[in-house]
Amino acid sequence: MKRLFRYFDGYRKQLILGPVFKLTEAILELFVPLIMASIIDKGIANGDVRFIIGHGVLLLLLGAVGLGCALTCQYFAAVCAHGFGRSLRRDLYRHVFSLSQEQCGKIGTNSLITRLTNDVTQVQTGVNMFIRLAVRAPFLTIGSIVMAFTINAKIALVFLVSTPLIMLVLYLVTKKSLPQYARIQRGQDTIARLSGENLEGARVIRAFSKQEDEIRDFRRAGDDLAALTVRVGRLSALLNPVTSVIVNLAIAAIVWAGAGTAQTGGIEQGEIIALVNYMTQTLLALIVLANIIVVFTKALAGAKRISTVLETESSMPQPEQDGTEPKGADCIRFFHVSFRYPDAGEDALEDLDFSVKRGQTLGIIGGTGCGKTTTARLLCRAYDASQGTVLINGVSVRERSAAALHKKIGIVPQTPRLFTGTVRSNLTLGADVPDAQLWQALEIAQAADFVREKPGALDEPVREGGKNLSGGQKQRLAIARALAKRPEILILDDASSALDYATDAALRRALREKTQGMTVVMISQRASALKHADRILVLDDGRQCGFGTHEQLLAECSVYREICRSQGIAAKEAAE
Amino acid sequence: MKRVVLKRVVRYAKPYRGCFAGGCVCAIFYVLFTLLGPVFIGNAVDCILGAGRVDFAGVTKWLLLLCASVLLAALSQWEMNVCTRKLSAAVSNDMRSDAFCAVSRAPLRCIDGHSHGDIISRLVNDADFVSDGLLQGLTQLLPGVATILGTLVVMLVLNPVIALVVVLVTPLSIAFAGFVAKRTTGFFRAQSEAQGRMSGFVNETVSGQDVIRAFGSEEHCFEELDKICDELYETGRKSVFYSSVTNPGTRFVNSIVYAAVGVIGALSAVSGSITVGQLSCFLTYANQYTKPFNEVTGVLAQIQAAAASAERILQIIDEYPAEEEAPDALQPNTCGGRVSVENVCFSYTPSVRLIENFNLEAKPGQRIAIVGKTGCGKTTLINLLMRFYDADSGTIAVDGTDILRMKRSALRGMYGMVLQETWLKSASVRDNIAYGRPDASDEEIRSAAKAAHADGFIRRLPQGYDTIITPGGGNLSAGQKQLLCIARILLCRPEMLILDEATSNIDTRTEMLVQKAFETLMQGRTSFVVAHRLSTIESADRIIVMDAGRIAEQGTHEELLAKNGVYANLYRSQLAAE
Repeated sequence: MKRLFRYFDGYRKQLILGPVFKLTEAILELFVPLIMASIIDKGIANGDVRFIIGHGVLLLLLGAVGLGCALTCQYFAAVCAHGFGRSLRRDLYRHVFSLSQEQCGKIGTNSLITRLTNDVTQVQTGVNMFIRLAVRAPFLTIGSIVMAFTINAKIALVFLVSTPLIMLVLYLVTKKSLPQYARIQRGQDTIARLSGENLEGARVIRAFSKQEDEIRDFRRAGDDLAALTVRVGRLSALLNPVTSVIVNLAIAAIVWAGAGTAQTGGIEQGEIIALVNYMTQTLLALIVLANIIVVFTKALAGAKRISTVLETESSMPQPEQDGTEPKGADCIRFFHVSFRYPDAGEDALEDLDFSVKRGQTLGIIGGTGCGKTTTARLLCRAYDASQGTVLINGVSVRERSAAALHKKIGIVPQTPRLFTGTVRSNLTLGADVPDAQLWQALEIAQAADFVREKPGALDEPVREGGKNLSGGQKQRLAIARALAKRPEILILDDASSALDYATDAALRRALREKTQGMTVVMISQRASALKHADRILVLDDGRQCGFGTHEQLLAECSVYREICRSQGIAAKEAAE
Repeated sequence: MKRVVLKRVVRYAKPYRGCFAGGCVCAIFYVLFTLLGPVFIGNAVDCILGAGRVDFAGVTKWLLLLCASVLLAALSQWEMNVCTRKLSAAVSNDMRSDAFCAVSRAPLRCIDGHSHGDIISRLVNDADFVSDGLLQGLTQLLPGVATILGTLVVMLVLNPVIALVVVLVTPLSIAFAGFVAKRTTGFFRAQSEAQGRMSGFVNETVSGQDVIRAFGSEEHCFEELDKICDELYETGRKSVFYSSVTNPGTRFVNSIVYAAVGVIGALSAVSGSITVGQLSCFLTYANQYTKPFNEVTGVLAQIQAAAASAERILQIIDEYPAEEEAPDALQPNTCGGRVSVENVCFSYTPSVRLIENFNLEAKPGQRIAIVGKTGCGKTTLINLLMRFYDADSGTIAVDGTDILRMKRSALRGMYGMVLQETWLKSASVRDNIAYGRPDASDEEIRSAAKAAHADGFIRRLPQGYDTIITPGGGNLSAGQKQLLCIARILLCRPEMLILDEATSNIDTRTEMLVQKAFETLMQGRTSFVVAHRLSTIESADRIIVMDAGRIAEQGTHEELLAKNGVYANLYRSQLAAE
């Protein structure tokens, strides 16, 4: 939590002066009932017109000065809160990227996004409200009581009863209704889920002619939500009436006690009116206080979530200097590598040991969940191996900076990920790449044709997540992106699943012919796709159960033979 | 336009007029009793004239009246809140249900052409805004206006001069609130735009961080984020400041009113035209007078937003026509399994013709495979067979009956459909299998699951058949979901089948199970199979090769290979790839 304070740097003046100005306003406000009391008790009683007008002007002056103070405070609050939010968000974002993928996975992507957006906004609002109200509301509450005591200590005892009572009501109603709001939120989520489900399953629902049943279910969820809202409303609507009853009863008590005291000359009319005014002021201040407590609880929860991220140190230290590459080393070498995901009970990879020469193609095959993608992740150091070493050009991936490593490797993940922007911005991701090089990459990725057909070509806009492109187009752009940076090693993780066969075949041919010297790692479930690779790594449940050429593996590796048979490859070859 | 929306919202409120009337009556009582409070306090104070001159009987009387009025005010305020909340929740719920009905009964063309996120947002957020707007509108606007009028009346009765002063200062408050509102809307829009850009950017880059790291473009992202943060800082600071000006501003206007009432009241008291108690009553009013103005202006903005939301919901209800069914539509009980497609033309948009003069004849029990490049119209053909869309011209007939003359539910019931994108409800596994036949016995469900090779994995699930499938089916693999979809079809025993790319995205081992399940399913049924892996359809009775919405070739696997045309090419390119 403490580390969040440094984001006030540069805004400390506003942070301190804001509440000071607010306090000034509140103090001025407290004097108003007193001045009015003296107008009544002195001005009216003595018929002193000048006194009355003079004090009236004084009231106006107090108001004007108060306005000035308040505006200054609001301005400081806005500047400080947003400045704080900006610094925090910038730093948090950078911090997220400094963490390892393992750590980000542990926190959860969605959770990270919420922290960066909602939580920061929440804390920012908290800061803003703190400067604006945290001083004012309690001060007015306590100040009113103190002022009441200066007028008449005996009558002011009423304040000591009513104020805690109001606080209690505020506390009880807020405490009871907060969890109910969470239930309403869940009801809303159900409505959203049913809506989404019905839109997504529109075809299936119609195929089964279940529209009316779905409507019935939706109605029921809606009715439940409406009923819940009314129930919660009954409770939360109690707040205003109950507090106003308490305050008015307190006022009645004040006037009653005042009458008794006045009879013996202990208090005057104006002072009674002033006490009544202080009572009303207390209520208003307390209601504001209740509201800011809700804001603060949210802000505090947000601040806690943010702090846990900021306090997480990167688990993947970077070397100070890149290791030097020995001559003649293999391009990729896995040296007895094992890997276990954090918190997993079993190794995801067990004792992988193989090497691939520069310019060769490595195929990795195996069923779902056998560790193919994990192998690729270790190669680009998204995770560190639990045992053994992963070497590129003879240097361990741990002995290279992330920048140097990523420069060497181009990766195409299973699901292509595109960003809002243009085709160009998606290919370069901010790097400076000449157009010719981009077009060359697009040609190899079989994407040049469709990009050329777009009215904007390279500058054609890409919508969020590539929504305006088909699955195959997205995949080809992702391949072109990896090729555009001309990496030494290209990793294709089942990267052509959305392509039709002709395009896939053309892509493969282009990769073979136009990427001389590039080491290619190709991951697939289909033996046919990898048949021509120089080396094939066969994985079964995280174990390396075969490494060699297609022919060698057919002869030696039973798992590989089974995969081929299930895909009808061995049979075809026998027929040929 | 706005008036039309209001009229229709009123129509929705009609069934709940009891609540509305109750709310209004309570609002009037609430305001009345609240306004009486300060009068009673003032009168009580007037009974306290000074030492030895206190009229205790008077004080007691007025204070008891005060207590009564306060209790009644509280009671009516609470009742008003409950009534309006009932009304607003019911109205928005009814509107939302109607919109959902419209979406459910609309032709697919409407749904396919509309962003799902937008529809969901209308059903969830806009309905919420409508409910909020109604609630705030009724609980704040009505009493607010009533309070303003009531205060004026009471003040006029007590002392016209002071009332006049208050009335004269009022426009100042309104003008100020108006000025602030005008200044802030622009800033708020800019702020929420920047906020939207920020969430979008953070969302994309954080969920795509693997790619961003792998391509070393973190610095680029940092720069982008900083830009957006700066923008957010500028707009946020301004909008928050301007909107926070309202409170101190109205407090100042308030203090002007307060000072004016105090001075003039005191002067009148000196001349004896009002009592001190009345002055205190005025002061209370003056203190509270501007509050309803703030509330009313604040609520007006909310009501505007609610009206816009109501309009968006009503739009769905209006623009989504229900699929019309001829009154004399046929409802055949049996199906022979003969499907004929004659001269069918179809396009999604008039400018791009998709399917042209399409002809196809499927005999009972035949297995028809449809292959072709992406976008050649395979899935569209299925849309037409199921009448998700209607052909522009030409006829499709089942057993010689034009499908346009059949009830949609009857036609769709003849087919069992399995799509590439599996869809399951977030309900139990059992309910999902029984989706098409909710009355099926456990025995039947079980045997359908067995036939689909799904029984084994279902029993290994934490709660077996009662396991609830999470939204999106996250707790099942793609293959398992597909097996459940097949079990769902098997339970219904449809006469014909449609399989659209049903085995892509499944790993090889599960695929073998799925493939086996399909074999069981297709036994003796007319089936239409769309596939891009040709090896899976070699045994089809007829293979239709589509190209740009027409049939390029058709025949058996052997015939087409012998023809050495498009299919043979496609097949060879796959072999080469394999």
